[in-house]
Amino acid sequence: MPPKGRIEVKEIICKGCGLCVDACPQHVIILAEDRINAKGYHPAELSLDGCTGCGICAIICPEAAITVYRQVAPAKENQ
Amino acid sequence: MTSQPITEQVVYQRPEALSDVNTHYCPGCTHGVAHRLVAEVIDEMNLRDKAIGVAPVGCSVFMYNYMDFDFVVAAHGRAPAMATGIKRCLPDRFVLTYQGDGDLASIGMAEIVHAATRGENISVIFINNSNYGMTGGQMAPTTLPGQKTTSSPLGRDVEQQGFPIRVSEMLAKLDGASYIVRRSLHDPKNIRQAKKAIRTAFETQVRGLGFSMVELLSICPTNWNLTPVDSMTWLEDHMIPYYPVGDYKVHPAVAEMKI
Ligand SMILES: Cc1ncc(C[n+]2csc(CCOP(=O)(O)OP(=O)(O)O)c2C)c(N)n1
Ligand code: SF4
Ligand code: SF4
Repeated sequence: MPPKGRIEVKEIICKGCGLCVDACPQHVIILAEDRINAKGYHPAELSLDGCTGCGICAIICPEAAITVYRQVAPAKENQ
Repeated sequence: MTSQPITEQVVYQRPEALSDVNTHYCPGCTHGVAHRLVAEVIDEMNLRDKAIGVAPVGCSVFMYNYMDFDFVVAAHGRAPAMATGIKRCLPDRFVLTYQGDGDLASIGMAEIVHAATRGENISVIFINNSNYGMTGGQMAPTTLPGQKTTSSPLGRDVEQQGFPIRVSEMLAKLDGASYIVRRSLHDPKNIRQAKKAIRTAFETQVRGLGFSMVELLSICPTNWNLTPVDSMTWLEDHMIPYYPVGDYKVHPAVAEMKI
């Protein structure tokens, strides 16, 4: 199973540029159509399950607006 | 133990050397990516308390607001001269300049050439976005042949305006320069390589090995009249062929460094 991840977008600094939407290899980021931030941009958000926590969106984001998390399964022998 | 069955690790978070503020850059502008990479390397090398940045005139003139370490702003093009003075007076500090192609390659061409040939122990981040962004997209020394700008509306005519200057190739010819490379910010793979080059440039200075410059090919969606995503493609298709990514000068002492 691929690893599971998620992103948090700091909406107040996102400029809705769409670079993360284009770069995401899993195609799970969209620009939120239903709202705008204080600067008037549609912020990016996760739209579907399937984020692997690869961090590629964070590498391209010019605003450093994205924090990326990845789940780690505990080592089996470790119980 | 009572540990959770699944825990989370942070894969990426905003670097500490970046101030917690909104930038004035246009959406998608890769000045932001370049700032972030500089901040990440400053954090990784623990340089925040020692670093002094010299901001240019151009879109990145407010860089001092965005970086959480000491900064000054130079007169247009004069950042390498100012950085020379700072570094010579305070040799224990880490000194970098951050300059656009109008700033570095037209009005500031003398300063950058002489700082490089003197082998000043400073690091330069050079943003090549093929135009003057801040003033409205005029032709720069780096504007491509045939490229339309507000001051070359019919496209740059090399008969009239000469050929674009390949700054990295030119400075690499100077004996004083230690590390001169070009990288691009148009996709994640190239951005990773750009970060590695910034690390090498900063290590060059920290180890006292002399002048380092990383040229970064960058997008200016607003003045190129393209979306950020289309700008990345335009950069790859038009700028990379004229400005190949590569290492133009790596002094043997720099090549031997273990990072
Ligand atoms: C002495 C002087 N001459 C001209 C200007 C006008 N000016 C401001 S920014 C700029 C060009 C900046 O272009 P570039 O260095 O490519 O940076 P960018 O804005 O593209 O990041 C010019 C010519 C100035 N501020 N000072
Ligand atoms: S790349 Fe960054 S600024 Fe651009 S839409 Fe994504 S989160 Fe927002
Ligand atoms: S004008 Fe160009 S270089 Fe300046 S902030 Fe906008 S996109 Fe970036």
